[in-house]
Amino acid sequence: MLVLTAVGSIGGLTLILGTALVLANSRLHVEEDPRIDAVEDMLPATNCGGCGYPGCRPFAEALVTGAVLPGKCTVSPETEQIRIASYLGVDVGAEEKQVARLACAGGANVSRDHAHYEGLESCGGSALVGGGGKGCFWGCLGLGDCEVACDFDAIEMSRHGLPMVDEDRCTACGDCVTACPKDLFSLHPQSHRLWVACRSQEEGDEILNDCHVACTACGRCAMDAPGQIEMRNNLPVIDYSEGTLTAKPAQRCPTGSIVWLDPKEGAVRGQSARKIIRRDALSDAPT
Amino acid sequence: MTLFSRKTFAHGIHPPGLKDDTKGLPIRQFPFAPVLVVPLSQHIGKPAVPVVREGQEVIRGQCIAQPDGFLSVAMHAPASGVVRRIGLTPSITGRMTSGIFIDPFPASTQEVPEGTPCDAATANPEEIVAAIQQAGVVGLGGAGFPTHAKLKMPEGKSVDTLLVNGAECEPYLTTDHRVMLEHSDDVFAGIPYLMRATGATRTIIGVEANKLDAAAVLNAAIPDGAPITVETLPVKYPQGAEKMLIKALLGREVPSGGFPLDVHAICTNVTTTAEIGRLLPRGLGIQERVVTIGGPGIKNKGNYRVPIGTPLRFVLEWAGMEENLTRVFLGGPMMGQAVSSLDIPITKGSSGVIGFTSCESSPLNDSKHYPCIRCGYCVDACPIFLNPSQLGLLAENGEYLRMSEDFHLMDCFECGCCTFVCPSHIQLVQHFRIAKAALRKAKVEAKAKDDAKDEPKPKDEPKAEAKAKMLA
Repeated sequence: MLVLTAVGSIGGLTLILGTALVLANSRLHVEEDPRIDAVEDMLPATNCGGCGYPGCRPFAEALVTGAVLPGKCTVSPETEQIRIASYLGVDVGAEEKQVARLACAGGANVSRDHAHYEGLESCGGSALVGGGGKGCFWGCLGLGDCEVACDFDAIEMSRHGLPMVDEDRCTACGDCVTACPKDLFSLHPQSHRLWVACRSQEEGDEILNDCHVACTACGRCAMDAPGQIEMRNNLPVIDYSEGTLTAKPAQRCPTGSIVWLDPKEGAVRGQSARKIIRRDALSDAPT
Repeated sequence: MTLFSRKTFAHGIHPPGLKDDTKGLPIRQFPFAPVLVVPLSQHIGKPAVPVVREGQEVIRGQCIAQPDGFLSVAMHAPASGVVRRIGLTPSITGRMTSGIFIDPFPASTQEVPEGTPCDAATANPEEIVAAIQQAGVVGLGGAGFPTHAKLKMPEGKSVDTLLVNGAECEPYLTTDHRVMLEHSDDVFAGIPYLMRATGATRTIIGVEANKLDAAAVLNAAIPDGAPITVETLPVKYPQGAEKMLIKALLGREVPSGGFPLDVHAICTNVTTTAEIGRLLPRGLGIQERVVTIGGPGIKNKGNYRVPIGTPLRFVLEWAGMEENLTRVFLGGPMMGQAVSSLDIPITKGSSGVIGFTSCESSPLNDSKHYPCIRCGYCVDACPIFLNPSQLGLLAENGEYLRMSEDFHLMDCFECGCCTFVCPSHIQLVQHFRIAKAALRKAKVEAKAKDDAKDEPKPKDEPKAEAKAKMLA
């Protein structure tokens, strides 16, 4: 009898709740475009946020409504983008690939430290102790917070303690931009080849005691590209919207802080900066 | 005075005091450096605006920068000399800030001309607040918060007790101790200004029991009939923290995210109080401060009246460095900052210059840390009852948002008790500082984004309405 009561009550409960569930399923059903699931399956599922949407599913929803084009996803290979475009019957949308760029070239081979930082191995921690030990207060601290933050293995620390961005792997998700306590990273279209690799706001040659590739605010680049480069806060600011830029402004830079990022040869420096090439780290801080 | 009363707060730690080297040494005047650098931002808030030009001659004590807005204070020339330039100078925060470079005249008498006095008996609260802002007074205990901003009563708030903080719980530091001993008259001259500005009806001076001589001097110097008492507190760190002192002396707890005003108390450092008592009756501004120069790495330890803007390199050269000096701190060793450059000048917030040798700072102690063993020592040490162990685990995984939302990270005032007691040498407070910095940065970025979003919309309407209301 006891068994029957138990089975009966639980069975009855199951029936009632089951019916409620079935009813709820049919009554509260939300019609969803089946294409969203299909498109989401074709996306890389990294949820990096590089497209500007919170993740891959919201991006898929936006794709189906036609708010964006598949080319906005910089992580998917081109074949996948074409697949999504043909599935939805839209253009691929030639979105210029963006990459993260570092505004510092002061690796251990060309820059000096004023103090030696001991503590948590993190740029964030180092920056909080008097800005880190680096002679240049604006420069890269080289402890690799960006390398840790990058989900795509696109950043690797060089042997001189500078992050190197692998442009093929970079998806412009912006994690390194957030991670850097010195705000040295920014996202730029790959076609922006002329690049100021320095953030020092100091004027004059004094900064060269701390870093051999620092900008001294001499203004030669601004003279060579009037209208395109402007000196602001003792730093050249490049206006990429003003006509076609060439490597010319980088030619006369005495320190090589403004460079031309060649797709094949890497960072190309001007004639007068060529001599600043060292293989080994600089010796200890000047006393 | 009740000796050894049990007035104190729960938790906290007992680091060695290490004050014996300097506590008996009277305050001495420090020489002028060949160049003095007065940073325009020595306080929390907006930097001051310079009112001198390059090449201009200034007199010691002359106002060289005016406050920019309410949360900002004036700067005064630390020496008679000529303004060489106004340019960038490194600061303890790690940013380059603007500073005024002054070359003192070697042959000058360095006399300080007196200005318009402010009388504690007749001035009204607004005048006192303005005079303190004009005198450039900030919290001299190290925080650097503009004192006048603390004294300005928001509407609906009231204060019944003024607490004068003479706890000085940091190891090595003896500036407050010497000021209490040598300048007790200034302390009692400063208290009436603060009481009048805030409307407080009584004053308690809290002194830790390792400074009984100072407590006795203060007790003997209390003016007749003044509602001032001197309380002795058991020695414990971080008793000098504002919230802890209020808990110890009044038994009131400042609510999470709140201010001392919420519990009708106001707290000022004893050196700040003495400075107000010294400056305001003569209409002067801060041009120097008392600094303890000590620690095992320093040869001529002592308490010095150092001109604001003296570069650390000059301080160390003059005081003498041991050969194996490796680390220099501004402030005490617990909450002070290790400096990254010796070009950083002494500012109003620098209460001490502490030098450590390689014997104290063995790199092995710091760099090697072990996993958390959940012993709970940090939980027992945290004076504001946070859970540093849990916070530390979250910090290692970068869950900063959860730390602040679920575990009250923002209440942490970085006293370092948790790191001090951790048997696994986990640098908890460093983790928290990174987390707080990251959260602050995210907040600023989010605000910038919001502002950018709002801009195209016509936002003038509510403003216009408010203006119309005000006019009506």
